[in-house]
Amino acid sequence: MITIVDYGMGNLRSVEKGFEKAGFAARVVRDAEAIRTASALVLPGVGAFRDCMTNLEERHFTEAIVQHIKAGKPYLGICLGLQILFTESEEFGTHRGLDLIPGKVRRFRFDSSVETAGEELKIPHMGWNAIHKNLSPPILQDVAEGAFLYFVHSYYVVPDDPAVIAATTHYGIDFTSMIWKDNIFAVQFHPEKSQETGLSILKRFGELAEKS
Amino acid sequence: MLAKRIIPCLDVKEGRVVKGVQFVGIRDAGDPVEVARLYDEQGADELTFLDITASHEKRGIIIDVVRRTAEEVFIPLTVGGGISSIEHIRELLNAGADKVSINTAAVHNPDFIREAAERFGSQCIVVAIDAKRISEDPVKWEIFTHGGRKPTGIDALAWAEKMVDLGSGELLVTSMDRDGTKVGYDNALNRAISERTHVPIIASGGVGELKHLYDGIAEGKADALLAASIFHYREFTVGQVKKYLKSRGVTVRL
Repeated sequence: MITIVDYGMGNLRSVEKGFEKAGFAARVVRDAEAIRTASALVLPGVGAFRDCMTNLEERHFTEAIVQHIKAGKPYLGICLGLQILFTESEEFGTHRGLDLIPGKVRRFRFDSSVETAGEELKIPHMGWNAIHKNLSPPILQDVAEGAFLYFVHSYYVVPDDPAVIAATTHYGIDFTSMIWKDNIFAVQFHPEKSQETGLSILKRFGELAEKS
Repeated sequence: MLAKRIIPCLDVKEGRVVKGVQFVGIRDAGDPVEVARLYDEQGADELTFLDITASHEKRGIIIDVVRRTAEEVFIPLTVGGGISSIEHIRELLNAGADKVSINTAAVHNPDFIREAAERFGSQCIVVAIDAKRISEDPVKWEIFTHGGRKPTGIDALAWAEKMVDLGSGELLVTSMDRDGTKVGYDNALNRAISERTHVPIIASGGVGELKHLYDGIAEGKADALLAASIFHYREFTVGQVKKYLKSRGVTVRL
């Protein structure tokens, strides 16, 4: 059973339906106890980093999520679920994250100081972009090099340790679009909105969750 | 590199697709879910439902359409048409919509855009701008509401900037002069808005042939292209459009 954490950061219906479509039972939970007993956790979410951390704290989810990850149980972070793993974010001032992956969350800045090779870049980075694999995490098994996935975000993660970078994507700069460390899988793109390619990622995570 | 998006748009009235969509090989061409699935198979990058249900009592039907679509189609879905309350947005997003597109309500109360963006995030708030040319030298466009019937006296470029300042994450720009004409997008309008704002622009209104789609990107600087009739009347599939754009050097997801 896949456990999807609802902490008030956007609609989780597509994630739930995506797992179902891929052949895995999923439940959306709203209490800390359900997170503590989860075998595999999915943290989706779109929106502001600060609101996200506040919502997790208010619901007393933070500790349960950290314990889940530290116990080595499968974790899939999507968008904000990737960003909160980091030490801090510069979104609307500096805010502390869970600090499980040392590094920062930065905003895209496309002013004259950035060499963007003539590309006219909008913020948010919204739409389908290609991922380039650095590592071969099991959940990307069916995803071809250069495959397009759906993104919508204005901030991106910068890990201190490049060894966790599983995939990068080019948008003005090459940014980290996926990290992988042990059983932590976290992606900046939205598998639940990335058609067959995205569903294959949910399927592989489902398989991995079943085995663990 | 970020791909240019191709977005088929369906007009939905009381839960049914309008504009005599002509499809073979699907069970019910009037069912938005069936048509959405077909476009998904063709490689659409996103879908837009424009709810043109007039009756207030029947407004809830679109929620069910969105819910059923989200169970089967795993690409972003935008819903527009008559959205004027935070509660209505919440219902649509909870049903599985990824973005809502707001038009008339923004003109009546611009602060609604700020409120919606603060509550749900800019990424899911699209402001739909219906603009008409009102002078040629210098070229000027004015905002219209109620499907292009009501002038507002508001300058389209200033309006676009204001909507982005208030939190709109994307702009859907429809030329009321070009809509339904099949002579191409109003690229001057789209380019002017694209150059004055930092959010993605979706061009809409006027596509009749493949070249118009390329021009929308090359001349109109659009980030995404919305079209209805060329897809509904099977003049082209989404796949054909993307292959053509790729042959002209445009990055698309194939």
